[in-house]
Amino acid sequence: MEKSISLTIDGQVVTVAPGTTLRAACEQAQHPVPTLCWHENLTPANACRACVVELKGSRTLVASCSRVAEDGMEVLTASERVQNARQVVAELLLSTSDATLAPSLQELAQISGADPNRFAGGATWAQPVRDDNNLYVRDLSKCILCYRCVEACGDDAQNTFAIAVAGRGFDAHIDAGFGRELPESDCVFCGNCVAVCPTGALIGKKEYELRQEGQWDESQITTTETVCSYCGVGCDLQLHVLDNQIVKVTSPADHPVTHGMLCVKGRYGYAFAQSEDE
Amino acid sequence: MGEIRRLLPPHEVRSDPQSAERMRERGFDQALATIWAMNPETVIEWVTASGIKGRGGAAFPTGIKWTSVRQAPGEIKYVVMNADESELGTFKDRVLLEQDPLGALTGLLIAAYAVGARKAFCYIRGEYREVEQALANALETLRQGDWLRGVDVEIRRGAGAYIAGEETALFNSIEGKRPEPRVKPPFPTVKGLWSSPTLIQNVETLANVAVLFAHDVSWFTQYGTPKTPGTKLVALSGHIRRAGVYEVPFGVPLADIVSDPDLGGQVAGSGRLGAVLLGGAAGTFLTPEEVMNHHLDYESLQALGASIGSGAMMFFDDTVDLGWVVARLARFFAEESCGQCVPCRIGTRRLLEIVEAKQWESRVHDVRALAQAMRDASICGLGQTAPLALLSFIERPQLRPHA
Repeated sequence: MEKSISLTIDGQVVTVAPGTTLRAACEQAQHPVPTLCWHENLTPANACRACVVELKGSRTLVASCSRVAEDGMEVLTASERVQNARQVVAELLLSTSDATLAPSLQELAQISGADPNRFAGGATWAQPVRDDNNLYVRDLSKCILCYRCVEACGDDAQNTFAIAVAGRGFDAHIDAGFGRELPESDCVFCGNCVAVCPTGALIGKKEYELRQEGQWDESQITTTETVCSYCGVGCDLQLHVLDNQIVKVTSPADHPVTHGMLCVKGRYGYAFAQSEDE
Repeated sequence: MGEIRRLLPPHEVRSDPQSAERMRERGFDQALATIWAMNPETVIEWVTASGIKGRGGAAFPTGIKWTSVRQAPGEIKYVVMNADESELGTFKDRVLLEQDPLGALTGLLIAAYAVGARKAFCYIRGEYREVEQALANALETLRQGDWLRGVDVEIRRGAGAYIAGEETALFNSIEGKRPEPRVKPPFPTVKGLWSSPTLIQNVETLANVAVLFAHDVSWFTQYGTPKTPGTKLVALSGHIRRAGVYEVPFGVPLADIVSDPDLGGQVAGSGRLGAVLLGGAAGTFLTPEEVMNHHLDYESLQALGASIGSGAMMFFDDTVDLGWVVARLARFFAEESCGQCVPCRIGTRRLLEIVEAKQWESRVHDVRALAQAMRDASICGLGQTAPLALLSFIERPQLRPHA
């Protein structure tokens, strides 16, 4: 057994296993740091910078989602610099993207005391919704470019590599290759990008339509757990049901078979379950 | 003190810069013979003793970097020449590679020998087509002269992105990926190209290595300061009579660079200096008084919050509206940010909007908070340094006489 690592977080000594990230160590010390792009089943993208902490001896703040704890590190999770960075990250995102379906961003804004108007009034990512297929909708005005969808589509889960970041600077955006519509792209419609999207920029078609009609009511949705019947893998399914209709299918992120990921059949092939047989 | 020519070939050197004769005339053939007779550890000891620091802008001690790569575990190691020169006002590597491409290549071969690499890359700025040809010809000379000794050197061309000059973005570009910077640590010395230990050096650093081994440590350290021995290429542009690239010793008064008849030869335009932008777009503005009272030396400039950076010095006479210049710099960063992290992707855009609206005073509190977040939380040097020129402009009211 490898030697454990000892570090201080906000003055408190914490002992963790080798390989533990600072984010996990902060959580263990009950000084949790906010995150946006970090996801338990994906490689840290380091993109949002909401999780930065101050590390003694480091010129810049460090992203706690990916920085691995080392013996003797001294970490501050709420210093003036950390709080300023968090607040500015929230304010910049709020000035650019529509956060109405982004609970983690709303929470970051709230805990950091962000002023949504501070950097508002300039360029935004407002753009038409891209509704080009029957399974999911892309509303990139809600995107915060967290890279989760790219990672889920790539070697963190699906290995399809249908989407990537295109453009640069403020014009960087998620693209299915040469600006193509999804049906013309390499997308296989597994919907794993939708499953990991934290902002509603990628959203199931049914949910999108019900929200448009004002019919989507979280409090009225029940979930039923079952096992997918399409093949022998044994993926755990959660059927989200509203008014006796399946409106969304997900899989628990901590399920040992799926890690929250499904294929096109498991996620979207549910119509047969509610077809009216003669 | 005037101009020195050690990295740049002395004027009496007349051979074809890409020829085997040039190898001999510059003593680079001797430099290679010298290192092949040494063990790699001794080569690194020389580099360490010379006190060479990286010339790309970060000034990291070269000997320490070489030791790290040499000692890093791994069967395969790489060395890379960073010739993706894109910093505004910086054109020293271009001149160096045009006038003496065999120097930097010799330095690259010495680096490969010292760290135990058998594969080397030269990553060159896409717009430098003529320089790329010079480099390719010089490489052919080395191949025919049997100077490569089994090291495979490959030239790769950039495609016009400033960010690709950032070392880890450059690795991604060589690997065929989008040039987004990687998070550090792990550092390239441990995990660089294709996750192998990689030594990456600026062209000018490698040229320093070549002239070091063409002579010796005591020759090398006869110029410069005790802390930073050697010479530095500076690229002078803007309102200066003799714009161009000059080689000067570390520690030279900045005033000499401006007015020495062999160097800048006095301020052009109105003849009265308004400001100097030192270090390119990622650099800082200095007032005429600061220029007169400081030296080209890391410690001297640190007191001003400035750095030599790549060695770019852009001169502005006292008629130039520096607010306009600051807006141009802000646009440069907004266009060259890769877009990966929030502070840089959106921060560079908001700074541009603020600066174009000339709100740097009315919104100084917002600017400072944003700049601090960009310096603290951006992934790479682009976002971290993007606000520096603006901050230096805000902190020096004498640069805004008409405000």
